[in-house]
Amino acid sequence: MTTLTRPARPTAPPGEGLGRRIARRAPWWGVLLLLAVLALVWVYPFVWMVSASLKSSLEVFTAGLTLVPEDFAWENYSRAWTDANFGRYMVNTVILTVSTVVIVVVRCALAGYVLGRYRFRGQKLIIGVLVATLFVPTGYTIIPIVKLSMELGLLNSLTGMVLALSGAANVSAILIYAGYFRQLPKELEEAATVDGAGFGRVFFQIMLPLSMPVTATVALLTFLATWNAFFLPLVFSFSDPDLRTLSVGMQAFVGENATDWSGMAAAGVISILPIVALFLFLQRYFVEGIAGAVKS
Amino acid sequence: MAPTELATTGRRKRGIDTRRQTIWIWAFLTPTIVLYGLYTLYPIVASYWYSLVEWNGFSSSQRFVGISNYQAVLADPAFWSSVRITLVFMLLVAPARILLSLLLAMLLNSPKLPLRNLFRTVYFLPVVTTTAIVGVVMQFVFDPASGPFTAFLKALGADTGIDFLGDSGTALVTAAAVYVWKFFGITMVYWLAALQTVPTELYEAARIDGAGAFHIFRYVTLPLLVPFLLIITVLTVEDTFHAFDLMQTMTGGGPFFSTEIIEIYIYRWAFSASIPQLGFASAAAVLFGLFVMVVGALQAWALVVARRSRKDLS
Repeated sequence: MTTLTRPARPTAPPGEGLGRRIARRAPWWGVLLLLAVLALVWVYPFVWMVSASLKSSLEVFTAGLTLVPEDFAWENYSRAWTDANFGRYMVNTVILTVSTVVIVVVRCALAGYVLGRYRFRGQKLIIGVLVATLFVPTGYTIIPIVKLSMELGLLNSLTGMVLALSGAANVSAILIYAGYFRQLPKELEEAATVDGAGFGRVFFQIMLPLSMPVTATVALLTFLATWNAFFLPLVFSFSDPDLRTLSVGMQAFVGENATDWSGMAAAGVISILPIVALFLFLQRYFVEGIAGAVKS
Repeated sequence: MAPTELATTGRRKRGIDTRRQTIWIWAFLTPTIVLYGLYTLYPIVASYWYSLVEWNGFSSSQRFVGISNYQAVLADPAFWSSVRITLVFMLLVAPARILLSLLLAMLLNSPKLPLRNLFRTVYFLPVVTTTAIVGVVMQFVFDPASGPFTAFLKALGADTGIDFLGDSGTALVTAAAVYVWKFFGITMVYWLAALQTVPTELYEAARIDGAGAFHIFRYVTLPLLVPFLLIITVLTVEDTFHAFDLMQTMTGGGPFFSTEIIEIYIYRWAFSASIPQLGFASAAAVLFGLFVMVVGALQAWALVVARRSRKDLS
């Protein structure tokens, strides 16, 4: 990499031959090619899934590496949506995800605000407990959660799933909120208090609107985690298939119709499309939210 | 309003405020205390109780049996096999994710690279997709009869398909590779965030001093990345303990238990056995929790030691 030994020159110097210019840039073209090949490998499973979802069941078996279907078999989608119940699973997933996001954002904003901005007795204990349980895996807590939900009469309901998911996740969200509220200037609430605003009004009219960037991040990360959740919805919907989410429904579909590859692929596209579309629209927030975990 | 009047009401108000403030503070904490208490703290504690009882299903009664569940779990070769598989999985996945994504992040961090935002999007894409669905799709991608991966190998000249997920010799490595692919983008974004903290003047200074690309990496970038390396390692290693979604949907722990990580072992005894052994599964869950905590504590300790030695140097 001889270019690095010289000060950066954006354009080729006069008198530099075409051959030298190509030679100088060759490493970059190599890197670019490598990255492009890797990128193809990266998206291939999704491209294959979309292609398989439009092929006939027979063609999926025989087509090999051909990605373009002979005839577009759109009926795979109607089969997945109605016969395999993915319409229902979609509704469940949307209800589950939206409710969980709302609850998590509200409770984490409230807790993060007082933990980050006030000093009170018991504060250190709460923060200590939260940090200590930051990495608790679902596999560890799932048995008591099921038992508890059963005793509360919430095992076979979406409400039970929403409560369990919004109670189990997101210590990091509280810590992100706490960190954000801590660094806001003190004058903000002093001015508001002089104007006669109480504790609640300061939070809802000044602090919460100011925390929009954090809220966007927390909402997106919670959305992602809940939409993709599997372990908890799987266990909660054992005895009632009508409560399955997309990810659980997909597994059940494969268990029941192991030969219906094209229907399976259509169901997969239905399940993944909304979250991929959301990501493409809001990718800056997704990426910044995840990057924030390391910077802070 | 006279100035004195304002001062007294202000003082009185402040007196009420501290009491009121305490009420407000605990009111704000209530949702978290209730939800997190019920669905995270209580289960952690309750697991210990459940691990000490014999209990064959959520409706049946529990009988206190002391530590015999622990004795049974520790005497079960399948449990130790699942511990080993969890560790091997971690050792396969974590270094690959951490080092390869650093390499890629450094390339994608270069402002001279065309299309770098497109590449970032593409490499991050698998992260947002549903793991359980990826697991199912991978069953078909690696299908030995007509899956696209087999077709690709045949096009390259291989004569027969290898059953990558169906052979107990290759299943774990294949699952690890899929896991690396799936979550590679997160680690890459961590690294991109870390690289952004390296001041560009340092690079320029090093270049003017005549340092080559390798020397710049070795003496400028790497030392500045060490604290991030530690944090990213902690996050990535913890992440590998959450492989249930992918494993359950891709291999179900098979073939012949060759991909049975601890979470699947717990799941099998608690939810998919014909006679559930919830006390036994709880004992395994408690041991798993301790295992994760020990790994976490070791890493936290490494972080502290590293911080201290950095302070000593400066």
